[in-house]
Amino acid sequence: MTPQPLLEVARLFLCLYTQAALSAPFVRQVAAGNHRCLAWPKGQVATMTSSTLSLATEIEAATGVNPATCYQCGKCSAGCPMASESDLRPHQVMRRVMYGSREQTLRDESIWLCLTCETCSARCPNACDPAGVIDALREISIESGMATMPRTISAFHKSFLEQIRTNGRLHEVGLVVGYKLRSGALMNDVTNTPGLISRGKMGLLPDKIKGVAEVKRIFDKCGVTL
Amino acid sequence: MSTVVDAARAPSVPTPSAGVLAYYPGCSLHGTEPEYDESLRAVVEALGIAVAEIPDWNCCGASSGHTTDHLLGVALPARNLALAEAAGFDRVLAPCAACYNRLASARIAVAEDAEVRERMPDILGREFANSVEVLSVLNVLREAAADIAQRAAAPRPTPNPIVGARLASYYGCLLVRPPEVSGGDDPEQPMFMDEIVRACGGEAIDWNMKVECCGGAFSVSRTSSVLRMGRAIIEDARRNGAEAIVVACPLCHTNLDLRQKAMESRGEARMPVLFITQVVGLALGLPPETLGLKRHFIATEPLLADLSVRAAQRVADEKKAAEEKAAKAAARAAKAAEAKKAAEAAPDAGGDA
Ligand code: SF4
Ligand code: SF4
Repeated sequence: MTPQPLLEVARLFLCLYTQAALSAPFVRQVAAGNHRCLAWPKGQVATMTSSTLSLATEIEAATGVNPATCYQCGKCSAGCPMASESDLRPHQVMRRVMYGSREQTLRDESIWLCLTCETCSARCPNACDPAGVIDALREISIESGMATMPRTISAFHKSFLEQIRTNGRLHEVGLVVGYKLRSGALMNDVTNTPGLISRGKMGLLPDKIKGVAEVKRIFDKCGVTL
Repeated sequence: MSTVVDAARAPSVPTPSAGVLAYYPGCSLHGTEPEYDESLRAVVEALGIAVAEIPDWNCCGASSGHTTDHLLGVALPARNLALAEAAGFDRVLAPCAACYNRLASARIAVAEDAEVRERMPDILGREFANSVEVLSVLNVLREAAADIAQRAAAPRPTPNPIVGARLASYYGCLLVRPPEVSGGDDPEQPMFMDEIVRACGGEAIDWNMKVECCGGAFSVSRTSSVLRMGRAIIEDARRNGAEAIVVACPLCHTNLDLRQKAMESRGEARMPVLFITQVVGLALGLPPETLGLKRHFIATEPLLADLSVRAAQRVADEKKAAEEKAAKAAARAAKAAEAKKAAEAAPDAGGDA
């Protein structure tokens, strides 16, 4: 048997030599013990704790996308319907994931302005899946308490999920009331309400399913608290 | 072990439902867009497609689910697939594009991700084999396109108003992206809906915004963005000669119909937004009352009135043309008969040679 540490060191040097890449992410990944040169053969990745993980690695673990493969062509941003309203356009998000500060990236409002329309991912010539990366960033930012989503958007998601958790289905009136209380946007859409009711588009009573307990169980098992 | 699990493990006798599609209406069709539900039910009945609602279905979580938690975004739709499976269905129709997308994505996630697959039965408290195929309304109507075309072209007392109608097929995001859920259609230049429109006798116009996003989930929480995107879509449809936009998604419908008043500039004509099921219903000659056409914010009556005038005109023109043709043919026949008679009466002069 070859002694493991020796092999490890040999691989590191080989990698250093061939890549000639003493770049910041490379050093960071090696320091964190998760550069791909250490990950061969499979199962040899050094154990990592979340504090030593770089954002790029976390994203790769969550999505299977290696953000380093993005070559910044910008095609994703060219088709993004929210690009004109966001500070960070999708290709810039990809760059940030590689080189930016973890906290700055996770705290950026832009990730909450993504509509998950998937245009970027469908068009990326390199299968980088920016929409999936942004989805994962949102999840990580919630988990690490750094989410800075605009109040209206967080109010909407919370009210929406609360409706499902309590009734199993969405109840528009409940959603609207919950949303207004959370967001403070009390007058939003008030003028449309009579039109919605007269057209039979707004039921006043919630539609509660029998399996509410099952739905609650799903929320609990997924660890989603509201 | 919780009671939920026990209840689920109790032998549920699968009802034989060969050929019957499980129907997953979703919250929008029960709430803000009942006309989609009405028109869909009317159309599948007319086409002889049997559907049965999934008992006790729950909300698929749409965008809030997976935006917040990936696993929740899979588990909420997966419960519905498990329910359909337990009831013995092998295909489910989800007319709402958002629900379709969530159900289809959950099916793919469970199939491709071993960890998710292993955890699912525990999360759901149900057995789950992931055996149910998910269909969009476009898949189902396209399967029936030949039948629709035949019936749309059949002569009937009130002529088909859709013939010659210039319609912009709008797919938006959720029916075509990610490409794995597009059900075989081209994600950048999809044609399924255009084919259905053509089967109905309509003219599917060529335009640029068929797969652009309408702003979907931001309808309530960031309306300004939705107005910007919706305006661009409607303007492009108008520029390319559309009389109406056709959709297969209740969120697109809300954003383009309910919000249109807030986006229009003075003097612009309104652009009615029809569900594909309403178009098919009209082409099949179903009574407009059964298709929920009066529930829209942008009135559909002026368009329908115009279309039926044109249809009546077209039928009258066709009749006239046919009569003229018949008259001409009769005149020709009479002339020929006369010539023959003359020839018979005077065989020498008839040019027997
Ligand atoms: S399209 Fe793909 S490769 Fe190009 S910048 Fe965007 S993520 Fe990177
Ligand atoms: S998914 Fe998000 S980032 Fe990608 S194009 Fe759509 S809005 Fe832009």
